[in-house]
Amino acid sequence: MSHIKVELKKEQVAKLKEICKSFNNEAGELINVLHKSQETFGYLPAEVQEIIAKELNISVAKVYGVVTFYSFFTMLPKGQHPISICTGTACYVRGAEKVLDEFKRILEVKVGETTPDGKFSLSCLRCVGACGLAPVVSVGEKIYGRVSPDGVKDILKEYE
Amino acid sequence: MHLLVCGGTGCRASASDSIIEKLKSEITAKGLQDEVQVIMTGCFGFCEKGPIVKILPDNTFYTQVKPDDAAEIVAEHVIKGRKVNRLLYVDPENKEHVSDSKHMGFYRKQIRIALRNCGFINPENIDEAIARDAYQALGKVLAEYKPAETIDIIKKSGLRGRGGGGFPTGLKWEIASKNKADQKYVVCNADEGDPGAFMDRSVLEGDPHTVLEAMAICGYCIGATQGLIYIRAEYPLAIKRLKIAIEQAHEYGLLGKNIMGSGFDFDITLRYGAGAFVCGEETALIHSMEGLRGEPTNKPPFPAESGFLNKPTNVNNVETFASIPVIILKGSEWFASIGTEKSKGTKVFALAGKINNVGLIEVPMGTTLREVIFEIGGGIKNGKKFKAVQTGGPSGGCLTEKHLDTPIDFDNLIAAGSMMGSGGMIVMDEDDCMVSVAKFFLDFTVEESCGKCAPCRIGNKRLFELLERITKGEGTMEDLERLQNLCKVIKDTALCGLGQTSPNPILSTMDNFYNEYLAHVNDKKCPAGQCKSLMKYVIDPEACVGCTACARNCPVNAISGERKKPHLIDTAICIKCGACIEKCKFNAISIK
Ligand SMILES: Cc1cc2nc3c(=O)[nH]c(=O)nc-3n(C[C@H](O)[C@H](O)[C@H](O)COP(=O)(O)O)c2cc1C
Ligand code: SF4
Repeated sequence: MSHIKVELKKEQVAKLKEICKSFNNEAGELINVLHKSQETFGYLPAEVQEIIAKELNISVAKVYGVVTFYSFFTMLPKGQHPISICTGTACYVRGAEKVLDEFKRILEVKVGETTPDGKFSLSCLRCVGACGLAPVVSVGEKIYGRVSPDGVKDILKEYE
Repeated sequence: MHLLVCGGTGCRASASDSIIEKLKSEITAKGLQDEVQVIMTGCFGFCEKGPIVKILPDNTFYTQVKPDDAAEIVAEHVIKGRKVNRLLYVDPENKEHVSDSKHMGFYRKQIRIALRNCGFINPENIDEAIARDAYQALGKVLAEYKPAETIDIIKKSGLRGRGGGGFPTGLKWEIASKNKADQKYVVCNADEGDPGAFMDRSVLEGDPHTVLEAMAICGYCIGATQGLIYIRAEYPLAIKRLKIAIEQAHEYGLLGKNIMGSGFDFDITLRYGAGAFVCGEETALIHSMEGLRGEPTNKPPFPAESGFLNKPTNVNNVETFASIPVIILKGSEWFASIGTEKSKGTKVFALAGKINNVGLIEVPMGTTLREVIFEIGGGIKNGKKFKAVQTGGPSGGCLTEKHLDTPIDFDNLIAAGSMMGSGGMIVMDEDDCMVSVAKFFLDFTVEESCGKCAPCRIGNKRLFELLERITKGEGTMEDLERLQNLCKVIKDTALCGLGQTSPNPILSTMDNFYNEYLAHVNDKKCPAGQCKSLMKYVIDPEACVGCTACARNCPVNAISGERKKPHLIDTAICIKCGACIEKCKFNAISIK
């Protein structure tokens, strides 16, 4: 967990309030509000959660409880090029683990971390449903299929 | 003439968008845009050989098409009527080009009910869906049947829920219809959490209207005017197509107020999941839709009594809904004539893993695993030996050689120690270590356990640790006993279906592959050569010619040796990545 304090700009606070308002400030819409907020800010630091809690009139603990329950929500900023390795069963039996190991080795980060220069972040995801292309890796929006450990450095080269 | 291009997630990942663009521009350049239509469809199912381009009316099936092939397809096939041979599917047995997709082994045994429109229509155009009978069943129900009569049709058809449990759908609707309330809800479960299953996504991407129509029919039957689809946020394409479909259905008066002038109102909204497997469980799903943590609660009360916002709620799976309209149109006898005694109709399976034809298939219940794996699936990749097939995802088990001729249905799979689950089928070959597979699934459940009850939160973690010890060669015979006992305790005491089924992958691999567990424990060996801690890479000094290929490719510089002299691997540095074995042309490196 990061303890870096995030200073929200005035416009950002206004934007958050606007998102909450677009869902009528209803507590039942919390997950939709969080989706929209993460789409806008990229992640959900404590400061963002505090504003949402206030707007929806619920406790920060409740918001935090929901944010940490769902793996889709993150409290840490992603890298400029977020890398996700599919670790669904199909990719697993076709060697996703070795591909993941190679990314970890080259980037020198663990799953869930971002490289110190902020360029790449590494995460795992469960089944994008492109099992015909297993093992699958996605970098941002782009999907790479049939990735071998050998091919990892070539993928990274594209983003240098 | 129609050129159908697959627009499923898999094919789009390999550039089907630009194939469509190129085909269109070639056709316009030749002035044929009025006679030839290029249509982006949903998934054809044959994902292994994507991107797929299918040409109607002659059923030509081009595989692994590249954007650069567009010019040739138009110049040869469209204009001169000559098929482009090199793009046709090649039968792996007789090596012949198959010119009509009906004759492909992959499609021959399939009967498509839930997937009937996938790959035939443009899912973003309601007119094409209507041309293939969309909303006719809804019209018929509203005009001709009372709710109870409709429920009776579903009951007689024998349809059972496709989301995993196999609960009779008609009965579920009847219970919900009998509970009185001012508001009720119809929920479509599109959370599809089983890693390795992608049928629900394909139905929503390829034929969204069928699900909307079935939800409206369900609403009419149980007395609900509100529908909700709970869909994974990881499925952006399906979400986009659902939104388009809902909007178009509204424009046509097929959703909204007073549908087709019948006085029946029905509306559908989307709710998004956020990456929690347990939210596929219906009580957790309902809590998640209410904006809470997706933790399951005890049943009863069942959702049919008290569900979303404490109102009676009917939850069904995507594939269950997709079967409804056809049952209404073709009748319950027709549906009940397909399948086995207690499991009627068809089931969609996502075939994946070490199999030649990865893809989405739909077969009558009662088809055998052998037919699915060897005839439709085209057998095991690279001529390896079949070892096991995993069904039912993290809740299921591994079936082996001896189960190959078992007819697949809900009850037979449970009797064989696995379950239907949502229909993921992962095929494994001789190189897969079954202890590691069990560990893989436990890793999944440990991560996905919601933590509400102790047996699942703590017990699964202990199971995982025991398996980890065994795969590291530190396990003992007592560990094996402990493993089995703990599995039973968790099954008996966990609160929800996740915990109650999470030991299944261990129990079934212990049942069928006990020798493999023993090899890890007693001999400290992994027979499949998968467990890294139990293996060592060694170079045979007799066979090594000192070409230096291995040393140059070792990512951690663990290999040393002079040119033309035998090389040596420093096992303390070696990370066992296997790169050297692949590079050695003299088969001098082996795993011990
Ligand atoms: C841990 C767990 C995960 C589940 N995941 C799903 C799922 O992803 N999709 C689904 O349709 N049903 C899932 N189910 C089953 C649902 O609880 C429910 O039975 C089903 O949606 C009912 O629909 P059906 O009768 O049409 O099958 C899951 C159940 C459990 C216990
Ligand atoms: S069995 Fe697991 S997932 Fe289900 S309620 Fe208990 S802790 Fe949560």
